Amino acid sequence: MKAPIAWLFIGAFLLVSAIFLVAPTAMLAVQAVIGDDGLTLEYVQTLGSYRYVKAFEHSLYLSVLSATVGVIAGALIAFAMLKPGAPRWLRSVVTSFAAVAANFAGVPLAFAFISTVGTLGLLTSMLKHIGVDLYAMGFSLFSIPGLTLVYSYFQIPLMVIIIIPAFEAMQPAWREAAENLGATGGQYWRMVGLPVLAPSLLSGWILLFGSAFSAYATAYALTSGNISLVTTEISAVLSGNVSSEPQVGAALSVGMIVVMVLVLAASQMLARRASRWTVKQ
Amino acid sequence: MNRLGVGGWAILVVAALFFGTPLVLTAAFSFWEGGDRYGFEVYGLLWNSPKLFEAMALSVELSIATVAALIVLMVPAVICMNLFAPKLRPLFEFIATLPFVVPAIALVAGLSALITGPEWLIGTPFYLVIPYFFIALPYAYRSIDVGLRSIDLATLTEAGQSLGANLGQIILMVVLPSLRSALVGSALLTLAVVFGEFTFANVLLFHTYSVYINEIGQHEVTAAAALSAASFLLTWIAMLGVLIAGGGKTGPSGVR
Repeated sequence: MKAPIAWLFIGAFLLVSAIFLVAPTAMLAVQAVIGDDGLTLEYVQTLGSYRYVKAFEHSLYLSVLSATVGVIAGALIAFAMLKPGAPRWLRSVVTSFAAVAANFAGVPLAFAFISTVGTLGLLTSMLKHIGVDLYAMGFSLFSIPGLTLVYSYFQIPLMVIIIIPAFEAMQPAWREAAENLGATGGQYWRMVGLPVLAPSLLSGWILLFGSAFSAYATAYALTSGNISLVTTEISAVLSGNVSSEPQVGAALSVGMIVVMVLVLAASQMLARRASRWTVKQ
Repeated sequence: MNRLGVGGWAILVVAALFFGTPLVLTAAFSFWEGGDRYGFEVYGLLWNSPKLFEAMALSVELSIATVAALIVLMVPAVICMNLFAPKLRPLFEFIATLPFVVPAIALVAGLSALITGPEWLIGTPFYLVIPYFFIALPYAYRSIDVGLRSIDLATLTEAGQSLGANLGQIILMVVLPSLRSALVGSALLTLAVVFGEFTFANVLLFHTYSVYINEIGQHEVTAAAALSAASFLLTWIAMLGVLIAGGGKTGPSGVR
């Protein structure tokens, strides 16, 4: 069937994607290695400077920490709500709340936590009233542990959404078989449950890592220069707040993309391994 | 109920406290007027702020424009790819994955390096629709593609043709109605995500809702609290719509 109009639609979509998505990405790679006098590694080398090494360290540390918290807490919540005998309403309440909270991020999330546990926050002052001074105890919302707390608010629900299918795919028959063979609950989880869930937990962890690593709005509204992250460093270059050349921003962006590509490649490898356990229906 | 056990309930209660506390306290904090005084002062201030309504209107317009762009530019392209050029699927998959791999802040760096004109394009806030289109692309593409694969497109098309329908009629009367829940779901998710988007708007210096919250939060933190609580409600409404449209399936998004 001839359908020139179909090719028009496909062509328009591909053209827009090429100009505004693929070309800008390629531009970053080009910009990062081309200086005033042709090819140079000067800008890539600036990534090795103390300032940017710290930014990458902070970003990686925050992403690893918040992804780990998210995976553990998210899996526990999904496990608790899917237990046989858990009331039905619980499930729909948790799933719909998770859908909202996973999408409640950025600036509003930052201000919700500033209002709660910021220096003037309500919880901070309530605790102070009963003699617990959070900030004197070394807690700060504007630190990596503080950011982890805030990120958990979208990371945990994201994990709940991701992991529910994996829990649902676990057959009650496996548990019964293990029990018939005399396994305790602990043995079942150690030798059957966790090995089966492991690939899904790992790929969930990787997705959470990516979501924390590329997060910008929440971090920007919270840190305002206190802690440098790769995303906030790029925005500082772009808005001209630091005297770096735009090429440094490009090099930082390329660095982020490299991390994300590695992360995605790892997740696809794991997804293939996980598919061995998918129950064909 | 007894099989949930003490441990199960303990997990859920701790989770409820962690997720409930910031919401309740943020709403309460918005009434704080310093010292021991509480009242509606900040709401009056916001009500009389034309900049707030301008920012909200802009964010609403951008959300709607982005949904329109997806419907005009992406949906027909994906349908036509499935119908006539399934060989292009890997290319479409690659484009739909790219916005995951290229963080928003990196894409905005690339865009501002490459696209420096013309002024009629980059000078208007509607320039943001282009990056927003790509933010929404990964999950919008996924849900449309899943919807298309769940119907037998080839048979439906042949059936339509043998009844004398042309391509436009087939797409409008056969394909689109069977994609309704996927379309409504991704439209609402896009509305929610674009409405709260901050990265592009902030770097490209356009005054959207999120940029406004951040700005007012620098000196009137209780006003930012009020607006944050409002955004939670808006996200909730949008997600309720997605849940109703999609029968319980929602995906992660990309505001962060």
